[in-house]
Amino acid sequence: MALDRRTFLVGSIPSMLAGAAESDARFVVEARFYEKLPYKKIKCKLCPRECVIDDRERGYCGVRENRGGTYYSLVHSRICSLHVDPIEKKPLFHFAPGSLAFSVATAGCNVNCKMCQNWEISQVRPEQVRNVYLPPDKLAEAARENRCVSIAYTYNDPVVFCEYVLDAAEAGRAAGVKSVVITGGYIQEEPLKQLCRRVDAVKVDLKAFSEKFYKEVVNGELKPVLNTLATLRKLGKWSEIVYLVIPTLNDSEAEFKGLAHWVKSELGPDVPLHFSQFHPEYLLKDLPPTPVETLERAKAIADAEGLHYVYIGNIPGHPAESTYCPKCRRAVVERAGFTVKAVHLNHGRCQHCQEAIPGMWDGSLHS
Amino acid sequence: MQSINGSSRRSLLRACVGGACFSLPGKSRVAIARNPAAPPDASHLAALVDRAVAAACNRDAPLEAWKSIAHPGETVGLKVNCLSGKGGSTSIALVEAVCERLQQAGIPPRNIVIWDRLTSDLEEAGHRTGARKDRIRCLGNDEAGYESELAVFGSVGSLLSNTLTRTCDAVINLPVLKDHGIVGVTMALKNLFGAIHNPNKYHLNGGDPYVADVYMLPPIRQKVRLTICDALAPQYEGGPSYMPQWVWPYRGVLASRDPVALDATGWRIIERKRAELGLKPLGEMKREPLYIARAADARHRIGANDPASIEILEV
Repeated sequence: MALDRRTFLVGSIPSMLAGAAESDARFVVEARFYEKLPYKKIKCKLCPRECVIDDRERGYCGVRENRGGTYYSLVHSRICSLHVDPIEKKPLFHFAPGSLAFSVATAGCNVNCKMCQNWEISQVRPEQVRNVYLPPDKLAEAARENRCVSIAYTYNDPVVFCEYVLDAAEAGRAAGVKSVVITGGYIQEEPLKQLCRRVDAVKVDLKAFSEKFYKEVVNGELKPVLNTLATLRKLGKWSEIVYLVIPTLNDSEAEFKGLAHWVKSELGPDVPLHFSQFHPEYLLKDLPPTPVETLERAKAIADAEGLHYVYIGNIPGHPAESTYCPKCRRAVVERAGFTVKAVHLNHGRCQHCQEAIPGMWDGSLHS
Repeated sequence: MQSINGSSRRSLLRACVGGACFSLPGKSRVAIARNPAAPPDASHLAALVDRAVAAACNRDAPLEAWKSIAHPGETVGLKVNCLSGKGGSTSIALVEAVCERLQQAGIPPRNIVIWDRLTSDLEEAGHRTGARKDRIRCLGNDEAGYESELAVFGSVGSLLSNTLTRTCDAVINLPVLKDHGIVGVTMALKNLFGAIHNPNKYHLNGGDPYVADVYMLPPIRQKVRLTICDALAPQYEGGPSYMPQWVWPYRGVLASRDPVALDATGWRIIERKRAELGLKPLGEMKREPLYIARAADARHRIGANDPASIEILEV
């Protein structure tokens, strides 16, 4: 399956008006993380929500179903969105810059963020969108044929199609293709550890630094996400953090300070932190886009805290899209939007002063 | 088809012992019709429905009550509840009784639509889907599809079923009286989760305020005209899955034009049964259905939750 870089193979457009039932046998596998309860109930152990689900019912994510006391994922190899993206779009800035990521998603999500850009796939059931069958070996093959360094599990939260990620990452590794996960990090520790054994890098959307926001805007919790970041750090998995700055909801100076302090003290100064601009979407259409000044204020606070790699995202052409050496302050990766204009690194070191710049610059870890 | 013409007014009045079906001003009416002696057959069930609907609509004659609900030329949707398969779903006999009465009230069969979320759920509950000889339509939202624009109120944003928004002018809500392991109880208000594409998102916090918010979506508020709740064999524990060990033969139907009053009444029926069997109240089980009170608050005003504002008519 050879794809042009810009080919849009599978529309992310829901087939709401069609709604035709499709045979799902190929997509159904027993879930890996759950507990059986009396009376054919089950408790999902994939994310911290721990849904208790009756027979014939689904969990919060909408893609896992209890059938007679056995819990199933309905989205294994059931791809509803597929694109070839620059890795900068994820964004992962310290991972094979300028490379392509074969990006896939299924329906469903384990949170319901009011600002979701992809709600038409994340907030629906798999039967409510068009899907293609893309088993792990075919996915790996397609990624390689399209000269992608990595497969990105993205758009919705890959936590909900964890079984597929585990199988596909293994197939990808066998084919010489890396795997990266783009997630909200709302996952239990055991499935996270299993994912970390198979995937190469993780980008975590830290949606705010307050439980109030997580409760009211995300329909989730902050603490498990912080636990995820700490676990990723402990396991040595390359991670970057994106913080979408939303006017009036998570843009206070105190929140930026608290966030930056926590990142530095718990994860260290070298974890990249991206402050991204919000655009009105889904259930938050009444708020304006984030002013650039707010993003710059957030960056200044994080810089002052001592974080080494703080970026501004969704503002094409902003100088803070580039990576700068924390020692000599010169650009080591120059970016404009999703384009990498120049890389001044030599085996993970600044070409100017030889300072080690942490990351997976050629797809291997440099720290 | 059992006739309801002429015979009903006197028998209905007889059934309303002590004048219980005479309306008190300003109160929401919830009618409870039962046949406790034996499981009602089709004709008894139709009579139960007639008594309940006439009382709920404050009409002497059932036919007049039905005519006040739906008008010739309108398409009427019957929102059943079929998720729990046979045994735990809206009784087929009850649905057929409603279809008969609608036809007697001037709604042709082609203008009657039985619907729920999935066609397969309807079939598993025993409904005839596809091309029915009687021309009544029966289909799931998966077949009819959903709107592409979000409907939003309060905490919810959902795509609504095309059957609700495009096909139906009026909806009669036909839920089942049962316990629910997350939201406490499920009846009138909760049954409209079957009209949205993402019900799995709205069971947090015992469904509060989501259940009330979903009911506020304009096509739901505007089109649901009556609830007839199947309480023939309600379930007081273990729901919403069908658990026959926790079902009891109440042998009744509840009807109301006020879904909040109906839910408040149904909840009390379940609590009484639980108390009778020594089970803890739902509140102590941390699943008190707080969404019922929410639906009555100043922001929603869907109906009456306060017992003092509800008139129970045992007919």
